[in-house]
Amino acid sequence: MHTDTPLPMFDTDELVINMGPQHPSTHGVLRLVLKLDGERVIDCDPVIGYLHRGIEKLSENRDYTQIILLTDRMDYVAAATNNLGYVQTIEKLYSLEVPRRARYIRTVLSELQRVASHLLWLGTHAADLGALTVLLFGLRERELVLDLFEEYCGARLTYNTMRIGGQPVDVPPGWDKKVLAFCDVQESKLPEYEQLLTGNRIFMERTKDIGVITAADAIGVGLCGPPLRASGVYRDVRKDEPYAAYDEMEFDVPLGVRGDTYDRYLVRLEEFRQSLRIIRQAVQGIPEGPIMGKAPRLIKPPAGETYHAIEAPKGELGYFVVSDGKSVSPYRFRVRPPSLCNLQALPQLVRGHLVADVVALIGTIDIVLGEVDR
Amino acid sequence: MSEGPKPAPESKPEAKAAPPKPQPKPEAKAAAPPLPPDQAPPADLALPAFVAALQSGVAGAVEQVSYWVGDWTVIVAAERFAEVCTFLRDTPGCQFDYLSDLTAVDWPARAGKRFDLVASLYSIRLRHRVRVKARVAEDEAVSSVTGVWPAANWLEREVYDMFGVTFTGHPDLRRLLMPLDWQGHPQRKDYPLEGPGELLMESPQDWLKARQAAAEVGVK
Repeated sequence: MHTDTPLPMFDTDELVINMGPQHPSTHGVLRLVLKLDGERVIDCDPVIGYLHRGIEKLSENRDYTQIILLTDRMDYVAAATNNLGYVQTIEKLYSLEVPRRARYIRTVLSELQRVASHLLWLGTHAADLGALTVLLFGLRERELVLDLFEEYCGARLTYNTMRIGGQPVDVPPGWDKKVLAFCDVQESKLPEYEQLLTGNRIFMERTKDIGVITAADAIGVGLCGPPLRASGVYRDVRKDEPYAAYDEMEFDVPLGVRGDTYDRYLVRLEEFRQSLRIIRQAVQGIPEGPIMGKAPRLIKPPAGETYHAIEAPKGELGYFVVSDGKSVSPYRFRVRPPSLCNLQALPQLVRGHLVADVVALIGTIDIVLGEVDR
Repeated sequence: MSEGPKPAPESKPEAKAAPPKPQPKPEAKAAAPPLPPDQAPPADLALPAFVAALQSGVAGAVEQVSYWVGDWTVIVAAERFAEVCTFLRDTPGCQFDYLSDLTAVDWPARAGKRFDLVASLYSIRLRHRVRVKARVAEDEAVSSVTGVWPAANWLEREVYDMFGVTFTGHPDLRRLLMPLDWQGHPQRKDYPLEGPGELLMESPQDWLKARQAAAEVGVK
């Protein structure tokens, strides 16, 4: 934290300015009310809700199958993991067994999604700091993931590609070869990003010791996903509460040490490698068998409630669903969006930093406003 | 061999009778409004240690324990909600240091206590979960848990915004998602899902009253 006192001959005045909601670095419609002392941020109040569509309310009036499509529209750059969290919640309410083949396909899809989401994050984060080349590189590789998704389910952004009980379609012939080829390409590109950023003096100056948060603070304020792990907290839903086929996968959870913006970058960069490792294992190990479990035609779970969390690219994505047992729509549908909980830590991160660092810190927590506002 | 001329296609008899017109389903008579499904745990399942610790540690706070598909829920008195949360965070063997989620459920049919305040807790150290529930009346204020987990700040704001549950001791209880001058609380079950434009957008409460008045005199 910078706490240099102003020189005695100058009088400084607090200034309140709005950053956003139409600001290119806010990644959507986020408005920050910044209280400034010169160029230092004294306080920050994020104003959200500009993208609120009432998805929770809407879902309580749609049937269980229609909601899958709504979950696509929350974190719209990681639709597959949103689908996954939702369908698993309903499967848990039903205590429904999902075939192993479907669980493997889901694992491949959700890790591909993580790679795509992290690529977009890497590109935009670097572009916010002035490194435009990385944005082009990131979008270039993300295109390959979108092609794989398009071949699997026909869509490139909002996939709607999971069903309660299993997968709607089987993998196309030859798809696994293409996924493996993509893994090789992606792995060969990672040194390119590292060359541009990891040792880059400007990038390091802009990110090291910026937005430091200790492990205890990070847990208390509810950080999740890579920002939490960058503070050195071993917490990954894939390891702690395994779902899909993650209990059969071998992978490591990268941890940071200092909990600053640079560590959050390093953690995500290592997550690329771990994701590729999981994709390779899963796509080569897809077992034979059915892709759809014994799900009833009309989804009407027994009365009960459950909370189920998965590790989305942004962090712990939780669904809390209450079924009354009589209706085809959930009685209560609640999403615990990782972006909202990460954004909540932003005021704590930016306090004492320069206005220019606010841009870096919005980037580092990797928010998608569609998910924050729902 | 040459094929003979094909017989002229016979005029097909009426393939099948026209499908019966879909009858408009009689409007389902008002089913009994649902009540929360708080299932008792099966008798052969041992209580987890943290529930037992809570029962003995905060005497009389736990009103009910429920279990469903692997999730444990303790239902506590609303006025002791914060006390229970503090206990669950600080006691060895519980150590619920992470507030995953805090939300509410509206049960308008339940007499007296209309809302369920639901906190999903997780222990990063011990890797277990529990849900803490408190039944809250419409005009009842719950003491805030922002002092226990700072993460509760926005989540409580959202509960206040969407349900109108108020929290005492919250540092900054404003609406989170809806505009600050919004009327009504959208996630309540009696809040309309859609309606005729302007009046609904401008003042949903007035629209709601008009609709209820219309329903009472039997005008649709």
